[in-house]
Order: sequence, then C-alpha cells, then structure tokens
Amino acid sequence: MSARGEARLWLWQRVTAAFLAFFVLVHLATIIYAVRGGLSAAQILGRTRGSVTWGAFYAAFVFAAAVHGGIGFRTIAIEWLRLRSRAAGALALAIALALVALGLRAVAAVAIGP
Amino acid sequence: MSGKRAHTAWWAFLVHRVSGIALALFLPAHFLALGTALAGEEAFDTFLRWSEQPAVVFSEWVLVMLLAAHLAGGLRILALEFLPWRGWQKTLAALAAGFAVFAGLVFALTR
Repeated sequence: MSARGEARLWLWQRVTAAFLAFFVLVHLATIIYAVRGGLSAAQILGRTRGSVTWGAFYAAFVFAAAVHGGIGFRTIAIEWLRLRSRAAGALALAIALALVALGLRAVAAVAIGP
Repeated sequence: MSGKRAHTAWWAFLVHRVSGIALALFLPAHFLALGTALAGEEAFDTFLRWSEQPAVVFSEWVLVMLLAAHLAGGLRILALEFLPWRGWQKTLAALAAGFAVFAGLVFALTR
C-alpha cells in the first residue's frame, strides 16, 4: 500500500479510537449499572427496545469497532503473521464486514426486536 | 528512552495488542448472544441464565478488565501521539493498568 494509504489507515484507527473511548466508557458504566442484582431480558430490552438513542449509539459503536478492529487485525497480520499488505487488507475487510453484519443484527435484536 | 522505560512501554504495547485480539475474537460471540433476542425475550433470558455460571461470570470479569485495559492503553497511545509531552510513558502505563484493575474490581463487586 502507498504511504498515503497507510497514513489514511493510521488516521482512521485514531479517529475511531477517539469515538470508541467515549463509547466504551458509556458501555462500561452501563454494564456495571446493569449487572447489579443480576441480568434479565426484561431489564435489558426494557431499556433498549424502541430507543432510537440506544439504537443509534450501539450502531455507531459497531461501525467504529469494526473499522478499528479491521485495521488492527491488518497491522497484526502484517507484523506477526507476515502476510503481504494486500492479503492482510483483504482479511481486515472480511473481518470488518463480518463484524458490521453480526453487530447490526445484534443491535436490531435489542433495539428493534423480532 | 531508558531500558526500564522501554520495558514498561513494551509491556503496554503487548497488553494493548493482546487485549485487542481477545476483544475482537469475543465480539462475534457477544453479537450472537445478543442476537438471541431476535427469537424472543424468553430465548434471551435462557441465554442470560446460562451466563450466570461461575466460569462465564469469571470470563465476563476478564473481558471487562481487557476492555478497560484496551481503553486506557488506547488513551495512552493517543496522548503520546497527539499531546506535546513525551516523558510520561511510565505514568500513563501505570494509570492504564490501574484503570483496568479498578473497572475489574467494580464489576466483580457488583456482579
């Protein structure tokens, strides 16, 4: 990949990291709040079902995590698995797309329902 | 960079990378688990009851620690790359480790 392409990936990794920092802090706080007294479907879905705010929050979380994770795996594939840039990029894209598909399905499950 | 500081930075790098890999591998399972809600509230509850086993709760605790460690380690990297001061690597690494332990303890005490 060109130096410009590498720089663009580096920047995307940092931009998504900045968003993820906020998302993860909210997620950690929600986890700790939600697990008090045990988890139940009614409690979780009561908070998320029909909520545009939570739906948008988790959808954005999924996209940021997929891009961040995909770029991270590309770097690891090049540095530790010794893959060529093109192969690592293809692997990263596949991982990112799979994470988006599974993630949006999960968001639909908790924010919209069957 | 001194040897001792380089050593700390190497550990910070390794923890960040390994926690990132573990979180990325966990995400599909997390998404599939949440997806059980598509089959109805009862199916989701069945999964949540299954997740109350001690081994699963322990895994959740490890994941919360990894998430907190990756968050704090990532903030450390952003600070090192985008802020002007450079001499705080060790302090930032210690803060990152401290935050991970703190989040893990809070989760362990509330779960």
